[in-house]
Amino acid sequence: MKGTPNPQQGTVDHGNPPGLRAQQAKWKLTFVFVVVVLVYMFTSWQTGSSLIDLWYGLPDVWRMVLELFPPNWGYATETWGRLSETIQMAIIATTVAAILCIPISLMASSNIAPNNYVYNITKQIMNILRTIPDLLLAVIFVGIFGIGAFSGIMALIIFSLGILAKLLAETIEAIDKNPLEAIRASGGNTLQVIVYGVMPQILPQYTSFTLYVFEINVRASLVLGFVGAGGIGQLLQRSISFFQYGRAMMIIIIIFVAVVIIEYISGKIREEIM
Amino acid sequence: MAQSQTLVLPPKKKRSTKKVVRNWIIAVLLIAMYVWTFSDIGINWSQIFSERTLNNMGRVIPQLFSPEWAVAPDALRLMGETLAMAYTGTLMAALLAVPFGFFAAKNMIDSRLINTAAKWSLDGIRAFPEIMLALIFVAAIGPSAFAGVLAIAVGSIGMLGKLYSEVIESIDMHVVESLEANGANKAQILFYGIIPQVIPEFLSYAIYRYEIDVRSSTILGLIGAGGIGMMIQISTMNRNWDEVGMALLIIILVVTVIDYFSSYLRKRIV
Repeated sequence: MKGTPNPQQGTVDHGNPPGLRAQQAKWKLTFVFVVVVLVYMFTSWQTGSSLIDLWYGLPDVWRMVLELFPPNWGYATETWGRLSETIQMAIIATTVAAILCIPISLMASSNIAPNNYVYNITKQIMNILRTIPDLLLAVIFVGIFGIGAFSGIMALIIFSLGILAKLLAETIEAIDKNPLEAIRASGGNTLQVIVYGVMPQILPQYTSFTLYVFEINVRASLVLGFVGAGGIGQLLQRSISFFQYGRAMMIIIIIFVAVVIIEYISGKIREEIM
Repeated sequence: MAQSQTLVLPPKKKRSTKKVVRNWIIAVLLIAMYVWTFSDIGINWSQIFSERTLNNMGRVIPQLFSPEWAVAPDALRLMGETLAMAYTGTLMAALLAVPFGFFAAKNMIDSRLINTAAKWSLDGIRAFPEIMLALIFVAAIGPSAFAGVLAIAVGSIGMLGKLYSEVIESIDMHVVESLEANGANKAQILFYGIIPQVIPEFLSYAIYRYEIDVRSSTILGLIGAGGIGMMIQISTMNRNWDEVGMALLIIILVVTVIDYFSSYLRKRIV
């Protein structure tokens, strides 16, 4: 689209008045704009979400929003068990992923990996893992392990492993190599190089990334219940499908407060560390 | 040892009591957290380590890795719907987020009240996972791709509005001031002073958000909001894991391609 070489480019840059260049940029912008609008028209037709649909859909959405109020405050006490399960799932998954990601990220960083094959294969597997949505992993694990928190934890572990390994591998690739060489020169083996050379250098980032992934996991685990993988999402889905909108609103408020609190604490700790 | 006289290590740094106490508190809190987690979580281990699980593994995993090619056209069509949902939703959000961004930017609106209100509403939107919004919209207007589009549009405003406001806060205000000094009105300042400075970043963020939205719209169908998730839901209900495998393969391929193009485009723009 934009990559085609323009024969006029050379002449424009040499001596022509600047107005011409702007003209060309304008044409380019107009072209991009037209393409964007055309694609939009096509996609909104395909998904049935044109402005007219929006106009007809609005009253329904509005009615739904009105039905969500007032929240059923009394229901709050019944949700604590599920909410704590949600957070516990995130804690376990983050811990396991944080431990597993150390060897994986070492294999996925070009300066530590034993050879190119290990490096490339690990990196590609991690890239593929990151493209699979967490809920889809949960569906698969529910199919294998049955309904419950364990399936959710497995999904979260796999899902966060991809993110954590990528972030950590990038940090490892950027570390100072001199200490590693010094340890190697004085006869340290690979394990010693990693423990005394690599680890101290990446520890602050490692902690920070782990907290970041914990935030992501809390958020993800809130909805895993939609497919039967444990946590508070199960209650939300149930209350909506039974038209108990007051309860649904209560759960929404609880989720909102929980996310805000956890992100605030984790953000403060991360600021402190970095 | 004789060596210790010649090779003296530098004295260890004394740790302040404040730090020691802090570290102990952190350690105790961490241990308490893990004790609470592992003693309280209800995992039915006998169900997980049962023969049924082994049977499931033997059936599900091989089927996932041998995708059913017969459903490929269907899956591609639904993936097209997913891409369309993400596109419509992201474009809606990219336009709607502009006013939010302006209201949340400190250098555009002088009132602290409006600033904070806009920032809080953006933070509020961001706290909700998209699929939760989709659940509500599906309940409101019935299962359709339109519900998914709305969920994506609303969900994306939170992040785009915040990024936009940061871009607006970092623009060169000299341009705006000189336009003001020359007697330009508000609209002129907006179109000649501000918009040209922020357009590339806005576009880049919108494309980045599209990348995220493609990923999240693949699962919206699991709760009835259109796209390839519908197919995954139906196939899992019928235990046709080979069809799930096909859907998974297509998701991985398409998301990878979109990621690649998105980062290519973003590099060209900024």
